[in-house]
Amino acid sequence: MPWAGDAEAVNAGRLNRAPSPLLARSVPWLVIAFGSVLQTMPLIASAPVMPPIGFLFLLAWRQLRPGLLPVWAGLPLGLVDDLYSGQPFGSAILLWSLAMIVFEVIEQRFPWRSYLVDWLVAGAVIVAYLVLAATIAQASGAAIILAPQLVVSVLVFPLAERFIALCDRARLWRFRMLG
Amino acid sequence: MAPPNARRTGFSKRAQYTTFFGYLAAIAGGVVGAGLLVISLLNPAAFASLRGLAADAAAPAGDVAAASRSGSQSVMSGLWGYLTWGPRVAAMNRELEVARVQLAEARSQAEENRRLKALLGLSAAEAKPVAFARLINSTASSPRRYATLSAGRDRGVVTGMPVRSPEGVIGRVLEVADHTARVLLITDPESLVPVMRARDGVPAFAQGRGDGTLQLRLINLGLNPLRPGDVFVTSGSGGIYLPGMAIAVVVSLTRDGAVARVLSDPTQSAFVAVYPAYAVAAQMPEALVPVAEQPPIPPTKKKMAKAEAVAQ
Repeated sequence: MPWAGDAEAVNAGRLNRAPSPLLARSVPWLVIAFGSVLQTMPLIASAPVMPPIGFLFLLAWRQLRPGLLPVWAGLPLGLVDDLYSGQPFGSAILLWSLAMIVFEVIEQRFPWRSYLVDWLVAGAVIVAYLVLAATIAQASGAAIILAPQLVVSVLVFPLAERFIALCDRARLWRFRMLG
Repeated sequence: MAPPNARRTGFSKRAQYTTFFGYLAAIAGGVVGAGLLVISLLNPAAFASLRGLAADAAAPAGDVAAASRSGSQSVMSGLWGYLTWGPRVAAMNRELEVARVQLAEARSQAEENRRLKALLGLSAAEAKPVAFARLINSTASSPRRYATLSAGRDRGVVTGMPVRSPEGVIGRVLEVADHTARVLLITDPESLVPVMRARDGVPAFAQGRGDGTLQLRLINLGLNPLRPGDVFVTSGSGGIYLPGMAIAVVVSLTRDGAVARVLSDPTQSAFVAVYPAYAVAAQMPEALVPVAEQPPIPPTKKKMAKAEAVAQ
């Protein structure tokens, strides 16, 4: 903690600087849409192995900054995800909207939660999402094929949260103001 | 974490309405999603143009990703090859000796085939690739198996064209946009390829299982003549895939066929070739089934589950 006397030193690089409202509002949306595109890129897979990065980012923003994304964010973001994910169009719009509503309910029902509980809740939502998405895609023998993806997605979620926390700091970056 | 107090609406009518309409919009989003889902399940091609626009937009990034992907793979395979080169060179020399003999035999047979076809008056289907392109991305997080090709309408790609790598069949073009095309990989659960055993032409259907293997279903039921190690090639029926393209090797037997491993791993192939549909190449376009009609998937999921349960 800086002393009051150190205020000049602390504020030396900060005077006349403020976060950009455009960046502060747009970064969560852009990062999630970027995640939806990113999940298709790293490998040409012959089985579902990548975690649903767009969905993980959505959950991470929702848990780290409740209230930053509106409850209806699943509609536009799910639309972007549907364009790239290969699921039947509308699947992510439906499931992401439901997930946002579920998180809202959980937050009001259980206001005091630990990080572990948050992770468990996110894990349960991720598993439900992947199983439902596979059902919608009418993939046969889904349970065995999905197993590795389920495990990876739940384990990777804290990493996704770390990344979102970084983005959250970048979101409030202070820019020099004119005048 | 407790929810921040600022999110309590209190007595502010404006805040109350904002929250209320937020919930309404969220529920409306779910309803809209369900509606779109029903439309796209009834008509899978319904949003093709929208997807095409999106794929075109992401294509430059996909190109970069594809280039770096093949680069990193060649580094890894180079390292691995350096560690294991000794025994492999010896094994490959032995294989080469055998292959040389077999190649000579195959040449003579090809010559004989050409003569016999000329006698019968059949014109050999001229199959020149329409385009060479990269697979720039794939639906790696969905149980459906699609990939995006970096060539589209601008390079003459048309719906229904087969796509292959040097190792074998990859899939067929499903939707075409201006600069990209969507490929249905043969490992997709809804892809169905007419195949035959390379050795003697036992006909079968190869259906994807969604995990990189194929389910081979024999057309003639009875005693299962397949053995692990049998190689299957496309048979050319249906008019999409050119006959004789390598597709899969049998790894294990089931009651009505076998499970086969796909020969061409799309992860490994940096570039793939798009060929004209077989019926077009053979100048018999009337033989081509309308692409809008997907080939029928014979057994339902329940029947498959039952058959597998009986087999075990």
